[in-house]
Amino acid sequence: MTNAAAEPLVTLDDVSAGYQDVLVLHDVNLTVRQTDFTGVVGPSGAGKTTLLRLLLGMLDPVAGARITRPDLRVAYVPQLETVDWNFPVTVMECVLMARTEHRVWPWPSRAERRDALSVLDRLGIKDLAERHIRELSGGQQQRMFLARALLREPHLLLLDEPTSGVDVNTRHDVLHLLGDLHQDGMGIVLTTHDLNGMAAHLPHLVCVNGHVVAEGSPREVIVPSVLEETFGARLEVLEHLGMPVVVDSAHPLRSVG
Amino acid sequence: MDVLLEPLSFAFFQKGLLVATLSGALLGFIGVYIVLRGMSYIGHGLSHAIFGGYAAMQLFAAQLYVLGAGLWGIASAIAITAVARRSRLGADAAIGVVTTASFALGVALFSKFGSSGPAFDNALFGSILGITNTQIVWLIAVMVFAGAVVFFRYRELLFTTFDPDVARASGVHVARIEGLLMVVLSLSILVTLTVIGVTLVAAMLVIPAVVARMLTDSFGRMLAISTVVGSACGLVGMYLSYYAGVPSGTMIVLVGAAVFLVVLGITTLRRHSHRIIVDDHAPARATVKA
Repeated sequence: MTNAAAEPLVTLDDVSAGYQDVLVLHDVNLTVRQTDFTGVVGPSGAGKTTLLRLLLGMLDPVAGARITRPDLRVAYVPQLETVDWNFPVTVMECVLMARTEHRVWPWPSRAERRDALSVLDRLGIKDLAERHIRELSGGQQQRMFLARALLREPHLLLLDEPTSGVDVNTRHDVLHLLGDLHQDGMGIVLTTHDLNGMAAHLPHLVCVNGHVVAEGSPREVIVPSVLEETFGARLEVLEHLGMPVVVDSAHPLRSVG
Repeated sequence: MDVLLEPLSFAFFQKGLLVATLSGALLGFIGVYIVLRGMSYIGHGLSHAIFGGYAAMQLFAAQLYVLGAGLWGIASAIAITAVARRSRLGADAAIGVVTTASFALGVALFSKFGSSGPAFDNALFGSILGITNTQIVWLIAVMVFAGAVVFFRYRELLFTTFDPDVARASGVHVARIEGLLMVVLSLSILVTLTVIGVTLVAAMLVIPAVVARMLTDSFGRMLAISTVVGSACGLVGMYLSYYAGVPSGTMIVLVGAAVFLVVLGITTLRRHSHRIIVDDHAPARATVKA
């Protein structure tokens, strides 16, 4: 990695943020670099998506400062559930949305089509370029959005719940693909509920619950005390093949009689 | 053939036919964005809001009604967007308050100062009587403007319609694009108001776009089909209006509704028969190349 890659892309300095007078996150200090491959974990309503929106610059802090590298290019992959899959666009039209800047004509140039097809080919969905987006499976939908994000050639890729609503194989594929992109020099931050999947694939985790509870490697963060502060519940942590694995504490069922 | 040629012997009908056909095309074109954004209610609301400005200008400076009602409509659109963005009210509540208040003001002005009667009915339901060359020029100017906005901002408009959050994150000025669309919508309603009528403009924004959506899965084709359906409804509706002796707007909308029912029936039957024969739209398999 070059020195430039190790420079901060985005720094949140004592940031507090929320929506319409309701504070969702407070006193957040976080630095994201191009060398990072980070998972943000926490319960529903903990502020994971808010943290992503802060990093994206879609939400302004109510206190503190967000500092970004001047030439920063960010790409964002939304949750699949937030998208209208009946919207009348093909995969190619959707991917080309990434190229909106500095253009005059409504139709794509030959170079734009070539770039889009190249990215789709890398993600294994080139053959689906002219399909309507409704005809894709969950994994293919996820890859289409990744293609749109990659077409921006970002320094930093942010993904909101990329492993939610997809099967185990697809989850595995997506996380491996993100690992490859990270190896190619792209900073990646994603949110998830999937603690064990993150422990297996990501080198760095951030636990949030209204604030940053802890950050570090899975081994440092996935410990009962941090999980209890993050999720408000006692969770058992076992070790499997050198990796921490979270298991639910057993609650014996009471017989009703 | 006489049925088609006979009304054309009247100058008022020639102008009416031209304006109705162009109005249908314009509303069908812009309606695609309105329907896909789930903003049909805004079209309905804005036409009512513009009525307030129209009424006021009829009383004080009727010849400047385009300017006055246009500014009124744009101000209403901005007020709706501002209220919806900056308060806890949803857009529907903001539209309900801003536009119905404006419509009520228009009705009050017409009633109080004795302008109810033909002018009032014509504004509500549309009329082809008294269309001036200036109105035709305004209509064509707005069509050129709307076409230019869509042509030069095609991808931003598509992106912000499909996924405004990601568009914003990708550097698109979403608020600016939405504002531009609101201006185009307000102007489109304004220049078509005289023929289609305040209460019926929203239908012509929605029906052609919905018909086009049922016929295609391509955004570009949807724009083209909706424009053609809108203009065809305007043209056929005008003839029927002439022979039936009813306001132009009502007949144009009824033609649109009939087209909607026919297309709905055909697409439903076709989908049903496809399901019975074979489901050949299963998601394709693909592998990841790292």
